[in-house]
Formats: sequence, C-alpha cells, structure tokens
Amino acid sequence: MVNKFSIKNLTFRYGDDVALRDVTVDIPEKAITVLFGPSHSGKSTLLRCLNRLNDLIEHEKIKLEGQVLLDGHDIYAPGVDVTELRRRVGMVFALPIPLPMTIRDNLTYGLRMRGERRSARLNALVEQSLRQAALWDEVKDRLDEPAIRLSGGQQQRLCLARTLALEPEVVLLDNPTSGLDPLSTAKVEASLQVLKADYTIVLVPHSVQQAARIADLAVFLLGSELVEFGPGSELFITPHDKRTEDYVTGRFG
Amino acid sequence: MSRQTSQKIAFAILTTLAVIVVVPIVLVVGYIVVQGIGAVNWEFLTAFPRDGMREGGILPAIIGTVILTFGTAIVSIPIAIGAAIYLAEYAHDTWLTRAIRLAIVNLAGIPSIVYGLFGLGLFVLFLGLGTSIVAGSLTLGLMTMPVVISTAEEALLTVPQRFRVASRSLGATRWQTIRQVVLPNALPGILTGVILGLERAAGETAPILFTVAAFYLPRLPNSPLDQTMALPYHLYVISTQVPGMPLDVQYGTALVLLVLVLGMNVAAAIIRSRFRRRRQW
Repeated sequence: MVNKFSIKNLTFRYGDDVALRDVTVDIPEKAITVLFGPSHSGKSTLLRCLNRLNDLIEHEKIKLEGQVLLDGHDIYAPGVDVTELRRRVGMVFALPIPLPMTIRDNLTYGLRMRGERRSARLNALVEQSLRQAALWDEVKDRLDEPAIRLSGGQQQRLCLARTLALEPEVVLLDNPTSGLDPLSTAKVEASLQVLKADYTIVLVPHSVQQAARIADLAVFLLGSELVEFGPGSELFITPHDKRTEDYVTGRFG
Repeated sequence: MSRQTSQKIAFAILTTLAVIVVVPIVLVVGYIVVQGIGAVNWEFLTAFPRDGMREGGILPAIIGTVILTFGTAIVSIPIAIGAAIYLAEYAHDTWLTRAIRLAIVNLAGIPSIVYGLFGLGLFVLFLGLGTSIVAGSLTLGLMTMPVVISTAEEALLTVPQRFRVASRSLGATRWQTIRQVVLPNALPGILTGVILGLERAAGETAPILFTVAAFYLPRLPNSPLDQTMALPYHLYVISTQVPGMPLDVQYGTALVLLVLVLGMNVAAAIIRSRFRRRRQW
C-alpha cells in the first residue's frame, strides 16, 4: 500500500500546552484512516495539521516540530502554497458550515476562488460532487435556494460535496456525523466507503463503534500521544496495548 | 410584599422610564412641525433667499448640506471602512493596533468645535484650501470617521468566525474570504454606521463654521473650492444674527433639517430590517 502522508516525530505546541507529542505514523492512500481516542487526545489537532488549518489560529503561539510529508514533500516547508495544499487536502467539519449563499454557490465556491469561470465545468462538478455525496436526488431541483434551508444531515453532505468539488486527493473529516441522526450517519458512512476507491480519507470518528465500522487503518491517541495503530480489522479485536484494549472495550472513555 | 407585586412595581417603573425617553423626541419634533409647517412650501424649498434672508427660500442651504454630506461620505467612507477591515480582519493585538484603537476612541470624544478649529488651521490655512467645500468635507469626514470605523468593525465581527474557517478550508485566500463572505454579510451593518455618521455630519454646525459655511450666498457654489451655505449654520444665522426674522421661517428651516436627518435615520432602519429578513444565518 502506498503512503499518502508520512508523519514523522510530530510535536505540536500551543502556548505552553503540548497537543501532540512525538507522533509518527503513515497514512495509506485510498483507504479510510481513523484517528480515535478520548477528548483532548490530540486527534483533531493531528487532523488539522494535515492541511495546516491550525495556521488560522494565532500562529505566533504555535510551535511545530517534526515533519508532515504529503507524497514525500514537507507541507510545512517554506514556500508551500497553503491554499493549494488545502485544495488538495479538503476538510469537513463536525458541524456543517454552509456558507451564507445558495447550494450551487456553496459547491462552486472553492473552484471560483481558484479562478474557474467556465460554467459548463462548474455545473458538471456540481452534479458530480452531489452524486458522490449521495445528495443529488434530494437537491437537484433546488440548487438556487439558500443552503441554510437544507436539513442538518443534508447540510453535512453538502459540505462533503463542496470539498469533493475541489477534486482533492485527501478528504479530512472531523467528527462529521456528530450532529446527525443514525440514518444520515449511515448515508455519510456509505458515501465514504465508495469514495475511498478514489480518495485518501482521514476521519475523526463520532464513537469507537463508528471507528470499528469503517477503519482500514485505526490510530489510537491518548493524552497527546500515539498509543498504537494497526489495520481496523485487527486493532479492535486484538489490541496490543492494554490502554487500547481498555478504551475499545469501554473500560474508560 | 409578594414577589408578584414587586414584579408589577418593577415593570411599572421600567415602563415609565421607557416612556420618558420617548416624550422629548415627540415634543421636539411635534413643536417644530407645528411651528414650522406653515413656512414650508414649494417656494421655500426651491427659491433663493431674499430681503436679508427674511423672504424667499432656503435652496442654497439645502443644496449645500447635501453636497457637504456627499463630500463627507467621499472622504470618510473609504478610509473608515479600510481601517475597520484592517482592525477586524488583519490586526493582531500589538502596540500599533492598541494605539489605533486609542486614537479612534479619542477622536470620537473630541468636541466638534475643536474639529472646526483644526480644519481651519490645517485645511483652510496651512494647505491653502480656503473656506471651501473641500475643506469642510475633509473636516466633517475626520469627525465622522470614528463612528463609521467603530460600527463597521462591529458589523464585520458579527459575521461568524466559522464562515471564515470554512472559506479558508476551501482554499480561498484571506482577502477572497473578506471580499466574498465577510463583506457581503457585514454590508448592511456597515451601511447603517455610514448613514449614522453622515447624519451627524449633516446636522453639525461647529465644524463648518470656519471651514466652508457662508453667511449669505444667494447662488449655488460653482466649484469644490467655493463656499456654500448649509442648513445648520443657516439656522444659527437666522436665529441669532438677523433682526426681525419671522419665527416661522426659523422653524421651517429647522423642520427641513430635521426631516433630512430623520429621513437618513429611517433609511438606516429600513436597511437593517430588510437585511434581517433576508439573512441566511
């Protein structure tokens, strides 16, 4: 399996707090990698390190050691085009954040910001991305309505579609089903299973159960440190570390 | 005393206080309307003053105030909105931004007559602009800026942070995010601030006293370097400097100024409420 990301000895400090300590792990291409662990284990921070979204918060307080390699290139090297990085590595947040515009404009926003003007291409990507996110049938007749009128589950799939419209290589999802009902959650998970044929997916799950359902590679974090990682089919059944076992069996968490 | 009784008493007191706020404005407006409406007719609004301003109309003063309001807008809007965007979107908390904020707060507190003297010193005399529309607009623009900056910054900050994060995560630059997401959603709030600032400028007398206002100029200004009459100053002049001035002309002038300013206020309110209905978050 080819590695998309190589994270090497990554330590992330925010002020005096250490949010990640010496994390080393490879993230395989075209598979679902799940970063799981209790609150404040550093999983969301690790996810946000992958497209430098942490740079948006006061960056003078942030200190980062180690390397994050995307296809062998350090994304924190000087001279890296961060907007292009975020195009290649898309992000879906815990709560859906539709921009205050129409459904169509939400989907084409990232492309238009990159200078894409051809409406045929924009329209094609609108349909393609909505189909990929399993939302096309529900919204195809109301593309020019404000995105805020969609239900929560539809909004979250819109945000997934919006990210996919940028034709990224990697999709990061930070607890994307936290606000969703089981049916919508199932739809999102089903979409991810299809999408992993073409995309590298890194996800912070809603629960251990969700992690176990969809992980190709599972990475367990605890107290800012990486405890262990392994194929999803093994880690949840035969964890090597006692802490992992206690967490996945529900002894704490 | 039971809890219900004390609640009733509290509400009664609060209602009374709220009503007291409304009373003066109703009385002032009502009094001016009653006293001045008789003088206001088509000729009053469209004719030049005659007979030492005791007869005829107030057209040059109306036009002058409109011109000065536009001049103020041209001077203050770009600078104030630019400063607000900088403060709300770019500035970190450094000694520089703290100094800027301190300056804005202090500018807002300066008495308007001081602006007038400053304008006289800098624009009229030092820069040699003379008593002119340009000098007056610059002075009024300076005075208006703090209000516009503060309200515009507040309007920008009410646009939720999550929209900025979402936009940036889709690969938009910071400037694109401001242009496409932040500004369109802050615009009504910014416009409200602009109108409130201009409204104040339209009604001020002291800043124009030495910088632009003409005591009596029975024609329209013919260039930006010309003087002009203006409603607030004209009102001051006819109320204090002209003997034998008919009372209803004074109140009529006040009424015209009041309608102009309150009209701008109403426009601001309409913009706000229309936006609230259309808002998508």
